[in-house]
Amino acid sequence: MAKLKVDGKEIEVPDHFTLLQACEEAGAEVPRFCFHERLSVAGNCRMCLVEVKGGPPKPAASCAMGVRDLRPGPNGEPPEVFTTTPMVKKAREGVMEFLLINHPLDCPICDQGGECDLQDQAMAFGIDSSRYQENKRAVEDKYIGPLVKTIMNRCIHCTRCVRFTTEVAGISELGLIGRGEDAEITTYLEQAMTSELQGNVVDLCPVGALTSKPFAFTARPWELNKTESIDVMDAVGSAIRVDTRGREVMRVLPRVNEAINEEWISDKTRYIWDGLKTQRLDRPYVRKDGRLQPASWAEAFGAIKAAVAGKPGDRIGAIAGDLASVEEMYALRELMSALGSANIDCRQDGTALHPSFGRASYLFNPTIAGIEQADALLIVGANPRVEAAVLNARIRKRWRMDGFPIALIGEQAELRYGYEYLGAGPDSLAELVAGNGKFAETLKNAKNPMIIVGQGALSREDGVAVLANVVKLAESVGAISAEWNGLGILHTAAARVGGLDLGFVPGEGGKTAAEMLTGTDVLFLLGADEMDFAGKSAFTVYIGSHGDNAAHLADVILPGATYTEKSGTWVNTEGRVQQGNRAGFAPGEAREDWAILRALSDVLGKKLPFDSLAQLRSRLYAAHPHFAGVDEIAPANSAELAALSKKGGKMTKSGFASPVKDFYLTNPIARASAVMAECSALARNNFKAAAE
Amino acid sequence: MLRDQDRIFTNIYGLKDKSLKGAMARGHWDGTKQLLEKGRDWIINEVKASGLRGRGGAGFPTGLKWSFMPKESDGRPHYLVVNADESEPGTCKDRDIMRHDPHTLIEGCVIASFAMGAHHAFIYVRGEFMREREALQAAIDECYEYGLLGKNNKLGYDIDIVVHHGAGAYICGEETALLESLEGKKGQPRLKPPFPANMGLYGCPTTVNNVESIAVTPTILRRGASWYTSFGRPNNHGTKLYSISGHVNRPCTVEDAMSITFQELIETHCGGIRGGWDNLLAVIPGGSSVPCVPGAQMKDAIMDYDGLRELGSGLGTAAVIVMDKSTDIVKAIWRLAAFYKHESCGQCTPCREGTGWMMRVMERMVKGNAQKREIDMLFDVSKQIEGHTICALGDAAAWPIQGLIRHFRPEMEKRIDQYTHNAMAHGAVLEAAE
Repeated sequence: MAKLKVDGKEIEVPDHFTLLQACEEAGAEVPRFCFHERLSVAGNCRMCLVEVKGGPPKPAASCAMGVRDLRPGPNGEPPEVFTTTPMVKKAREGVMEFLLINHPLDCPICDQGGECDLQDQAMAFGIDSSRYQENKRAVEDKYIGPLVKTIMNRCIHCTRCVRFTTEVAGISELGLIGRGEDAEITTYLEQAMTSELQGNVVDLCPVGALTSKPFAFTARPWELNKTESIDVMDAVGSAIRVDTRGREVMRVLPRVNEAINEEWISDKTRYIWDGLKTQRLDRPYVRKDGRLQPASWAEAFGAIKAAVAGKPGDRIGAIAGDLASVEEMYALRELMSALGSANIDCRQDGTALHPSFGRASYLFNPTIAGIEQADALLIVGANPRVEAAVLNARIRKRWRMDGFPIALIGEQAELRYGYEYLGAGPDSLAELVAGNGKFAETLKNAKNPMIIVGQGALSREDGVAVLANVVKLAESVGAISAEWNGLGILHTAAARVGGLDLGFVPGEGGKTAAEMLTGTDVLFLLGADEMDFAGKSAFTVYIGSHGDNAAHLADVILPGATYTEKSGTWVNTEGRVQQGNRAGFAPGEAREDWAILRALSDVLGKKLPFDSLAQLRSRLYAAHPHFAGVDEIAPANSAELAALSKKGGKMTKSGFASPVKDFYLTNPIARASAVMAECSALARNNFKAAAE
Repeated sequence: MLRDQDRIFTNIYGLKDKSLKGAMARGHWDGTKQLLEKGRDWIINEVKASGLRGRGGAGFPTGLKWSFMPKESDGRPHYLVVNADESEPGTCKDRDIMRHDPHTLIEGCVIASFAMGAHHAFIYVRGEFMREREALQAAIDECYEYGLLGKNNKLGYDIDIVVHHGAGAYICGEETALLESLEGKKGQPRLKPPFPANMGLYGCPTTVNNVESIAVTPTILRRGASWYTSFGRPNNHGTKLYSISGHVNRPCTVEDAMSITFQELIETHCGGIRGGWDNLLAVIPGGSSVPCVPGAQMKDAIMDYDGLRELGSGLGTAAVIVMDKSTDIVKAIWRLAAFYKHESCGQCTPCREGTGWMMRVMERMVKGNAQKREIDMLFDVSKQIEGHTICALGDAAAWPIQGLIRHFRPEMEKRIDQYTHNAMAHGAVLEAAE
């Protein structure tokens, strides 16, 4: 601990603190532009200058100077720092004047208005008039992709965006070219950025130089209602804030959650919102004469009642989709059991994971924050970059700290960090299980070895065998102990862990999702769109929000709500229970999914015993207490894994392939989004599109 | 005047044999092995005792700088980096050392490397210095051949010297920007602390020294610190290469003792001021980045660190730029402002934005197309840059303008008045635009 005085107030701070952190600790406000907690220190904006007593007769950049670097006074008094002296005031005013001389006066048409650091700090620390008589600098705007809009006149060269792409996103896509006042931020030859995390530069930019292209000129921040919620685009469950105007979602921003996403979100999470408005199912439909015709709720329910009538329970089935919340899956499960059916499944991709193997067998046990404690990593059949972009950034963060050997079995992909490629499939895994190869040694010698298994390795015929082998490997290298469970199952579907927790899998004699397509007479799809419905024969009821794959083939469509339009519980890949909140209402006649199921149950004569979400939840919590622990991870019993490792089975020869073929189009909302479609097209063409 | 036997650079004009043999004949490489055998501490103490101050401009005591290097290596290698990126306008001493007397530098590298436990020395040569690099490289090759450098050499201390050719940016002469550039990155100064002695090249302890500082050390060690301190006033000891350019009768680079007067320097070596002493307008005594001094004050000025600081200027690199009364002083300083605007790296705000602003105001000042209050504003802007930047380029850009305003304000005001009186001549539009 170091002692120092800030503006006469004596405080004690840890040795590694910078002056800026120490000043904040003491309650002194220090303006800054280039400094960001999660990026390296650049010290180039010079806004955070403070006066250090006994130092050189000039102010010091507080973001770049550690408290360690301060020298005590001649008689051992604690070093002194001032943030309010005339020297500091003059320095701040000077820097602010310099920042503003070439900054355009276009605040009235700038999208950053209202949340602009430069605006705020100019008010707080600047002077009221300009002495600059020359022409302002003009900088050409750059094309850097469909997501980030540039107005480079506004750039103040803080290089936060450059440092973000290089350090966090792991790809040097942005850089500062030229020098002096001709320095410009750009991508190489105006290529589109390719990072899945590029949208974060919009948040990082302290001015309006980098703004959200799809959000451009649509709304002002102060006219938006802000709802804190949870993202469902992947199984990470990033914390988000949904900004709405009226019933329209205008944009999605990240919230800070140190345990999950820190303060980053992926582009799919951020730019999905135009998909919430298009291709929406806003009224029920019933198929008449081979065509889907608009209908009333009563007609739709009537059609379902007629179809279900007289069908035995085992000819009725239900599949839950990847975006479903725990509440609606619970309601659907209750309805199916009332109908006497054991045919329920939440595993559209046919993954081998099953609640009977124990909760530890399908969770990301080390937790996302726990990645930073790991000291060796094996990735099996996953491409975390596209399956969980934010989690991948955490792996990269750990990798940058050094001493983190990474190996991969599966598709050889660019992951934004270096790894050793061990092979394509089960053979390489078997080698490791047998203890052969250098990396087996590395895992064995690691204190906290970690193994990430993706759905690419599990959603196959031999999924159980692969899982058993991975568990065996984890046990043999000491990845599973009382203090540390290094087995991390990486999910891609936000609903999956909740569904498995709920036991939304075939009961005794029940059919799996794939078998249900042909083996049932009536099939309920709760937002399930990711299957190949080609051979489907059943009468299909689609409950969901978007007119996507399944809706086109359905016989009855019941319009549901998206994740921003309902309050729901999702369990992320770590097993963390999180609640999303309703930011707006569903369009037209669409209703929240649990309410649809409740109403339908009444029509079918199997009335579910709850009339409100609160009642539903109290029954849910009674049956599954851990869902009540919001933001918590109910501990999984790693001892249960022992039985799994003994489950043999033969692994096939074919290599693992990631289930995410196109990062931008993984769910019905994303497929309805024009922005995602543009990104996807760019990515498919290997980002070769010429600049405008 | 410095006696010939006291000169360190005996071939600064390239009139003699510059090969290794020639250098040895002039006394270089004499007893180097014995010097090394006296040990690191002796060398550092001797350099400290000689009072040698860094010749790159800042004048930091060289021996003290060397002593900052860790005594024992913590596993990281130590490096010596020689700053041969001599780009300061007016300065042309290091290039003469490299071209004509390269062995002084090479021998200095060996001794300095030994003193700080470095087995690698890098010489970062300015991008425009083609012939200098060739001459230096040839001399180094010669030393390798003769067995003075490399592994298991005749001196008993393994040392490799690498000549790195820069790409021609003034800012790469700043020590940390130089290290960045040497590492293959963009030449932008680093934040200090950590200082290079802790975290320098590739994160290892590094000392960056000017060519002249390194080149003089072998002779100092051979002849003793007391010999060196016999020149110049206390705190300013030694001999110095002055490079005198501008309106003197014979511009030259010359070695002379510190603390001689400006008059002596000019009269002895340069044949006087063009048009006589009464024709002297101003002098920039230490390279472009120090404030100019009016001729009247300069005549009796003592050419050393303290003497020039008292005049509100500095010795800098001892690059004396002499301007007679034919000079448009405002335009001359504008040219320097343009230089700094062009060479600002763009990393930190005050320098990036301020240098351009100052240059543009100066541009108008040259014509007189300005308000008198803008002179004060210009001074204030330069003060806003000074001391607020990461490196010293901001200071360097501010000082010439401050010097101009301090000493030549009447000239600037006169010009503004003239411009105002002749407003019609410039085609001023007297009718309002519609």
